[in-house]
Amino acid sequence: MKTSELSRREFLKGTGALIVSFNLFPAASDLFAQSSANLLPNGDLDPQSLDSWLAIGADGTVTVFTSKVEIGTGTVTALAQIVAEELDVSVNRIKMVSGDTTKSVEQGSTVGSRSIERAGPQFKQAAAAARQELLKLAAARLAVTPDKLTVNDGVVSVIGDAGKKVSYAQLVGGKLFHVRITATGTGWDMKVAPEVKAKDPKDYKVVGTSVKRFELPAKVTGEYVYAHDVRIPGMLHGRVVRPPVVNTEPVSIEQDSIKHIPGVAMIVREGKFVGVVANTEWAAIKAAEALKITWSKPTTKLPANPDELFAYLKNTKPVRTQKAVEKGDLGAGFSQGKKTYQASYRWPFQMHGMIGPSCAVADVKGDRATIWSGPQGPFRTRGTIATLLKIPEQNVRVIYHEASGSYGRMSTDDGAEDAALLSRAVGAPVRVQWSRQDEHGWEPKGPAQLDEVKAAIDGDGKLIAWDFVDYGQPWTASGVTPLLASLQVGFKPNNPGQGNGTQGGGEIYEVANQKIVAEHINWHFPEPIPLRTSNLRAPGDPARCFASECFVDEIAVDLRVDPVDYRMRHLANNKRGSECLKAAADKAGWQKRPSPAPASSGNIARGRGIALTQRANAYCAIVADVEVNKTTGAVAVKKVVSSHDCGLMVNPDFVQNQVEGNVIQGVSRALFEEVTFDANGVTSLDWNSYPILKFTDVPELDIVLINRPEMASLGAGEPSTIPVAAAIGNAIFDAVGARLREVPFTPARVLTALKATPAANQKS
Amino acid sequence: MARISLKVNGKARVVDTDPETPLLYVLRNDLQLNGPKFGCGLAQCGACAVIMDGNAIRSCQLPVSSAQNRPVTTLEGLGSTKKMHRLQQAFVDEQAVQCGYCINGMIMTSKALLDKNPKPTDAQIKEALAGNLCRCGTHTRILRAIKRASGQKV
Ligand code: FES
Ligand code: FES
Repeated sequence: MKTSELSRREFLKGTGALIVSFNLFPAASDLFAQSSANLLPNGDLDPQSLDSWLAIGADGTVTVFTSKVEIGTGTVTALAQIVAEELDVSVNRIKMVSGDTTKSVEQGSTVGSRSIERAGPQFKQAAAAARQELLKLAAARLAVTPDKLTVNDGVVSVIGDAGKKVSYAQLVGGKLFHVRITATGTGWDMKVAPEVKAKDPKDYKVVGTSVKRFELPAKVTGEYVYAHDVRIPGMLHGRVVRPPVVNTEPVSIEQDSIKHIPGVAMIVREGKFVGVVANTEWAAIKAAEALKITWSKPTTKLPANPDELFAYLKNTKPVRTQKAVEKGDLGAGFSQGKKTYQASYRWPFQMHGMIGPSCAVADVKGDRATIWSGPQGPFRTRGTIATLLKIPEQNVRVIYHEASGSYGRMSTDDGAEDAALLSRAVGAPVRVQWSRQDEHGWEPKGPAQLDEVKAAIDGDGKLIAWDFVDYGQPWTASGVTPLLASLQVGFKPNNPGQGNGTQGGGEIYEVANQKIVAEHINWHFPEPIPLRTSNLRAPGDPARCFASECFVDEIAVDLRVDPVDYRMRHLANNKRGSECLKAAADKAGWQKRPSPAPASSGNIARGRGIALTQRANAYCAIVADVEVNKTTGAVAVKKVVSSHDCGLMVNPDFVQNQVEGNVIQGVSRALFEEVTFDANGVTSLDWNSYPILKFTDVPELDIVLINRPEMASLGAGEPSTIPVAAAIGNAIFDAVGARLREVPFTPARVLTALKATPAANQKS
Repeated sequence: MARISLKVNGKARVVDTDPETPLLYVLRNDLQLNGPKFGCGLAQCGACAVIMDGNAIRSCQLPVSSAQNRPVTTLEGLGSTKKMHRLQQAFVDEQAVQCGYCINGMIMTSKALLDKNPKPTDAQIKEALAGNLCRCGTHTRILRAIKRASGQKV
């Protein structure tokens, strides 16, 4: 049912708003020199055409087309470096066209620290294929064989006869290559032109240097057009009115309740989805606030507090069990063990907490739609919008504009769905920006996790059995499940959702008998609930690492051995892991001794803690120095040392920036962050009720970047956030001899742990 | 609706709007100034900061009528990519941006700080920015950029 307050015509008359029709679909090839020769029959770009990847302009500019997007990490500039390197052109000549679904091959979403790792080689090979073709053309033009040629900033010349030269622009500038390359597989698994020989990394001049981010001058001057800054002619403003509590639907809507607000165009209702559209943003905000809706009585109840939640996770039969590691004979390992240990750790729901809320503009016309938004996966948004509007995917064009840093949140482009539904209803382009309360309340959260670990050691203290179980919710908002507005208009999930990962549960250590599993606990309810879940930076790993790395420390404490030494014993065959651990310990000036530190007098206790992780073959170790106030329970993180190995670094400063950001965000998550809720839903609805780290909480940072030029590049967007909570937890124990097995480490939890601990180190 | 006279980035502007509209929406939607950003609308994050009468204020909570004829400076009023203000240049030099959504607030708040205290200490900068949230964790670079812009050793 749709409730139209005014017909579209009346509305247009009333406001004088101008609806301009404009070309929804400029030919996909408009940035290309000529035709649409590189399109597949369905209208998508053909990955087997070199022209789908890059184009050389008449002025020598190299335009690179990618579905990978800038989300604040430098990825897009780094990809430009890779292309510049292979083509031997200055990086300033590269122009990146990013995230337009009509102008790029689907290379997979910008998630999971996979962009440099996977899209990097795709562009390296595509650019190498382009270079090969350009050399072939130059050889013919200069009447030599290609091996006699050298390239300097896009100018090909004959070795030893520099006067004989021709530029890339002269060869193909403004024209298509018309070259076929191979491309097999899809998304980030696509292998592009593997048969072409790329440069030897020894000869790299651009890759490995700290080129500055392309977009920063525009970002610091207000010239950058974020998703929030997109304005389309005739655009109206919409707001969605979400239910106040779980599991309700609108029973009645009092249309008169917003009669007094001028400029309101329409109230839109589709199923349980209710929104308003107005001609100004302020009118839309006021209307959404004022609109009186009677909601049905809730039927589903959520767990009302953390204890109920963790009991639910523990006691509900899993919908799926995901095995990460299963080796040896666990039973035998435990029966041979000289001593057995057991502990469980809790991690709360946490928010992505974008500083700018969800925002998108949609223009739906008939069976076509254009979306301006900031999703991490533009093609994913294309798919969800097509499903929602029941139109073919190729009828949806997504044009990317960067949103606020999202850490996984923009894998689920809820704003685009809201805007699309409202635009379709009102027949004009509509911009929807969520309120802060809606973003906090309805963003899909990083799932809560309960991690249970059991281990046995032999007579030498060596780990011989390791049993790790991670209980948590899959992502109810994910690539395989409907998003919020879709659920509200009646789409039903037919899948529990993607799992929250399996890494970080101790697989890094060599243990003869080891089992690591993730139990997926159902989190779908009959209605959309505010405690939705999705991928939050390094999904699930921080919690698993917190459990496994604190647990290893607990065993080292019991054995009265140094925690670095104890880890090293189980890393004998892991060269990169042990080097990474050592690098952090060395940098931190780690003094060998068991934990806790000798008891200190005075009210402030100091401690140090270490933790290590591996994610997708990248490594990170963290040493944290903390001060614990024994009277108030306040924890201050004074310094964090981080060592980081992500293979060959394309741009060391970008890696450094990511590590700094990951660590600081990790400190915030460890010390402050916990989504509060009751049986009705989320109660953390602003920055006061969900505090994050402030400038005054920032620790000193000291980062060691380990470069491995002989290796492939791996992602840096996530690994270094993973061990932060574990290192801080271990440092708190080191300081005061009290073990915290639940994040965040609030003063109240510290005081409770101190009370529960027989005065290990609590003299004051 | 009412006609309201504003002085933004040194220019006189007149807008016709609901006088209760927060200044932020007028700057962004009526004057198309994208520097100030909506973050919370609750004066909790600082993304919307502009300088009015020499102070960094939160434009998300100030009714436009209260800004009548008072000099307002936005990020655009400091400089452009062609000619950056030294603070903007320092943020680029230090690569002190990740997503950049918070950066308007960081630059405008530190501009107001440096105008009053040209050589602030680290502690003074942290204190001045304590109400400005950055989710990307760019804090240490932001501190360095402000030190650099103030001509102090980084
Ligand atoms: S938007 Fe004004 S303080 Fe957050
Ligand atoms: S740089 Fe992204 S919020 Fe600060």
